Amino acid sequence: MPGAIYAEGLVKAFGDVRALDGVDLDVPESTVLGLLGPNGAGKTTAVRVLTTLLRPDAGKAVVAGTDVLKNPTAVRRSIGLSGQFAAVDEYLTGRENLQMVGQLYQMSGRDAKKRAKELLERFHLADAADRTAKTYSGGMRRRLDLAAALVVSPPVMFMDEPTTGLDPRNRQQLWEVVEELVAGGTTVLLTTQYLDEADRLAHDIAVVDHGRVIARGTSDQLKAQTGGERVEVVVHEREHIPTAREILESHALRGAGRESCTVEEHTRKLTVPVTGGAKLLAEVIRELDTRGVEIDDIGLRRPTLDDVFISLTGHAAEGETGQATDTDDQPGTGTDASRDAAQRKEATK
Amino acid sequence: MSATAQAAPAGTAPKGRGGIVQSVTDSLVIAKRNLIRMVRIPEVVIFGLIQPIMFVVLFSYVFGGSIKVPGSGTDAASYREFLMAGIFAQTVTFATAGAGAGIAEDMHKGLIDRFRSLPMARGAVLTGRTLADLVQTTLTLVVLAVVAALVGWSAHDGIPKALAGFGLLLLLGYAFTWIGALIGLSVRTPEAATSGGLVWLFPLTFISVAFVPSQNMPGFLQHLAEWNPFSATVVAARELFGNLPPGYPVPDAWPMQHPVWASLIWSAAIIAVFRTLAVRRYRNATA
Repeated sequence: MPGAIYAEGLVKAFGDVRALDGVDLDVPESTVLGLLGPNGAGKTTAVRVLTTLLRPDAGKAVVAGTDVLKNPTAVRRSIGLSGQFAAVDEYLTGRENLQMVGQLYQMSGRDAKKRAKELLERFHLADAADRTAKTYSGGMRRRLDLAAALVVSPPVMFMDEPTTGLDPRNRQQLWEVVEELVAGGTTVLLTTQYLDEADRLAHDIAVVDHGRVIARGTSDQLKAQTGGERVEVVVHEREHIPTAREILESHALRGAGRESCTVEEHTRKLTVPVTGGAKLLAEVIRELDTRGVEIDDIGLRRPTLDDVFISLTGHAAEGETGQATDTDDQPGTGTDASRDAAQRKEATK
Repeated sequence: MSATAQAAPAGTAPKGRGGIVQSVTDSLVIAKRNLIRMVRIPEVVIFGLIQPIMFVVLFSYVFGGSIKVPGSGTDAASYREFLMAGIFAQTVTFATAGAGAGIAEDMHKGLIDRFRSLPMARGAVLTGRTLADLVQTTLTLVVLAVVAALVGWSAHDGIPKALAGFGLLLLLGYAFTWIGALIGLSVRTPEAATSGGLVWLFPLTFISVAFVPSQNMPGFLQHLAEWNPFSATVVAARELFGNLPPGYPVPDAWPMQHPVWASLIWSAAIIAVFRTLAVRRYRNATA
């Protein structure tokens, strides 16, 4: 029995670029799959195929039990899509936007009205309900966009970089909404380039790069795959590096060998893979102390998804510094065009 | 967005009524959206009015005295009679650019993606837009007719015929908004849609019998002008308004001899072709 979202061998080429190069996905009901990857990895293309916006060159996709290619209309009845841009009509009020979407989901005028009211309250937009979306801040627009995606409470939700450009508070709120949805039985596929977002929300993570899924698993599994814990030491004097190195290598993970300790000369930082946790850390500190190595800093580091990402793709996730540029309570009208343009540029890279 | 808010149970959208009924209701929802926008951005409508009014005044008073319409007197008043159907027709076709720019903007802002992910009728986004534009064009035409009456234009063959003339003009305008829709879906930015939507309208409206008779054009242009779909509607409207001078030599080309039929056929053909192309383009749109 395939999950709520299932894809097999999806291929989509744009000219010479293979945006999707054989993507397989399987998302069990009521879980979140995080599609993690840098810009241009194929995340958005995958979402566009699964939401019936784009026909793949090859492959198969089933969403909410319906074949995406054979019966796109039925799929559209069961999905909600919240994109990278707040896709709302800025000259309509929040209420009018939601009512319109409701009616286009084939709800009756009365039901659409009722649902719009509920959603406006739920997303803290009731006070702004009858103002045009043009007057909304970036965060408010994004909330309205999300509300529009939830008009029919679809069993399957697609969120394409839902928090790109949101400030930390709005991000946090959005995460809470996703968690609520999943608790209520919704299946969510979300794309992100933020590793902490995938770590926090996703039950499963698929790392994509160059149109392929290059790793998948839970956050813990992926971290374990990259390697376990490491001890990181920053020594006070450069001449203590060889001694510290000797000590660290004697505690290195079995099989890691003599070359296992990496040294950054200019920062006087040494790193070595270990097992044994805090107990081992205490031992290392004692030994360093006994041999007279003065240290500025020492710590036990568990791998982050960042490390996973770098070890898998050979490059860091882009865009990590691009977040949190938008603030909630300033109307976004002035900066909007430039921000949209910037995001669009990013998206089409 | 609060933790206390009840997560709504997952459900699916109701099954659409399907077919024609759903196409109509979805189109009306979209048309309503575009009409609300029109009311909230009135400058679009106002600027849409200024240009044709300027044309009425410029052509009537600047060129009017110098252009002689065959078969009529030499006074400016007779040229004004002759001219008005041409200005009306030009005005309705300029709605094309508005439709194109609007649709290109929707693509750019991601709204088309949202619509395409909804279980709505395929052509409704475009049909709704073209219907809203038809409403705007109608308003523009009413205002323009009043201005035309103020400078001395009138229809001489009764109200039913005059309404039929306006009907043909609006049909032509509606047909042209589908060309605009296709342009809007084919370009990358709203700005490109505006200029792309206008640039071809100038030769189309000027190589026609809208402003001057075709008799004095070089042979090649004369044929183009007489077979131009735009000319057919202009002559049809002129005939229905009773604005053709009694001695006006009607060219031999079939559309000039049967302008009402030619106008209907041209408009229907344009809608059939460009609606099909635009809806196909919409379905494959990748904003």
